[in-house]
Amino acid sequence: MTIIKNRYDFSVIFEVKNGNPNGDPDAGNLPRLDPETNKGLVTDVSLKRKIRNYVDLARQGEDGFHIYVEEGSILNEKHREAYKSIYTDDPKVDKAAKLNPKDDAEAKVLTGFMCANFFDVRTFGAVMSTGINCGQVKGPVQMSFAASVEPIMPLEISITRMAATNAAELKQKAEGDDSADRTDNRTMGRKYIVPYGLYVSHGFISAKFAERTGFSESDLELLFEAIANMFEHDRSAARGEMATRKLIVFRHESALGNAPAHALFERVRIGRNIGGEFKPVDERLDNYPPARAFADYIVEIDRDNLPDGVEIIEKL
Amino acid sequence: MAYGIRLKVWGDYACFTRPEMKVERVSYDVMTPSAARGILEAIHWKPAIRWVIDAIHVLEPIRFQSIRRNEVGHKAPAGKIKSAMKRGDLEGLNLLVDEDRQQRAATVLVRPAYVIEARFEMTEKAGPDDNEGKHLDTFNRRARRGQCFNQPCLGTREFSAAFELIEPDDRTPQAAAEHRTASLGFGAARDLGFVLYDIDHGAEGRPSLFFRALLEDGVVKVPPPNSPEVRR
Repeated sequence: MTIIKNRYDFSVIFEVKNGNPNGDPDAGNLPRLDPETNKGLVTDVSLKRKIRNYVDLARQGEDGFHIYVEEGSILNEKHREAYKSIYTDDPKVDKAAKLNPKDDAEAKVLTGFMCANFFDVRTFGAVMSTGINCGQVKGPVQMSFAASVEPIMPLEISITRMAATNAAELKQKAEGDDSADRTDNRTMGRKYIVPYGLYVSHGFISAKFAERTGFSESDLELLFEAIANMFEHDRSAARGEMATRKLIVFRHESALGNAPAHALFERVRIGRNIGGEFKPVDERLDNYPPARAFADYIVEIDRDNLPDGVEIIEKL
Repeated sequence: MAYGIRLKVWGDYACFTRPEMKVERVSYDVMTPSAARGILEAIHWKPAIRWVIDAIHVLEPIRFQSIRRNEVGHKAPAGKIKSAMKRGDLEGLNLLVDEDRQQRAATVLVRPAYVIEARFEMTEKAGPDDNEGKHLDTFNRRARRGQCFNQPCLGTREFSAAFELIEPDDRTPQAAAEHRTASLGFGAARDLGFVLYDIDHGAEGRPSLFFRALLEDGVVKVPPPNSPEVRR
């Protein structure tokens, strides 16, 4: 369990094909859009949810890899042996006060316990209510909104179901329907899809915060594994075909880093593939057919004059 | 401006939440001094120094967007964690998002860019080998190389901030000519009302401090701490 000693910045490039990567509750579950640029968005919390789900599947019930913010029902967990608890003396629970840590020291013990047991607390952090002051864990991993490379054009697909929900609905339909009786209690629905979209999200991993939560080298490998596979176990009718296409990691030699993150991200250039040529994304592409596959894009990584102490690792 | 620094920060989004609109978050029009302090502390901070924000320059027009997300409604209850530790069993220590879901909208700033003008003061925790020059050098060196303790953010952690040191001899960047409009306080000062100054972490109950922010020619001048302009 060696704590990570290097700062990392990473760029995740993923695609969606005929699916809805992240619905917008404000717009009736339409794929999220930046209203000014029409580029698609996927929120940070959506990606974190998928990472949590993957870790939960990959390390089911393993000690130290539980997931605190869970989805769905808890499976019957088998009885686990007691932890190597750091907390041996029992403090008297003060009946009069609310159940809160009495001081920062106790809050530290509690957060330490949470970090040791839960992967997502160790990675993304968590807020613990401790009465007057919030014992907060800031996790080492920070993720940004993913935005699509080009504007997306969501389609509304109407679909039919060959059954009615209840008898009342069936009766209603029968009364309002004066067409030939080829429809039997059909109901209509709709779903939204993005025909194709290539999205980029940026992430940051602070070695200094890792020290505080105990985020280790093996946790880091698991995180990258989760990012690479986060869509493989997230199949559903709404999602269509999603896949992580590229995971480009910038590893800094030092804990504080050796180069500005934004300068590193600019080294990853994504352009359209027009007849085998790299064309930067701008309005001059408007005359070309829209991208419908990953092959329609070219991802270039500028490796020239890398700042000293920065290494590019292509995980995917 | 003995130990002053200037740092340019920018990003895709920002959310400097107004304390009176925290549930469905609404951002202030400009960065608050406390958020600026957080950015500087993410690059360099020691208990021996205290960052003081002098001014915040706004380089881009102020625009908003709304984003609605699923969030969880509760924090981790300390009491439950305690009892789980005693039992030596994690049973019941999970948060089920499906049963504890809240959809909240956030009104966030779009593509902001600022210049933070700040200096630091030494605190009573400063040891004999802490001197201003050393900390100033450390900050400048880190900011120049893009080093940071953790990636700074614009209000909330999902909105990461890119940053760049403005060298002491360089001019402070200005808003582009087409953005020099009344909304950035060009022509006449724009009153932003009472804006959060910072949170007084030293005092009992951690009260918030406010000041009357004026956006004048794209700049918010921040009063020094403990001045009469800072309201408790």
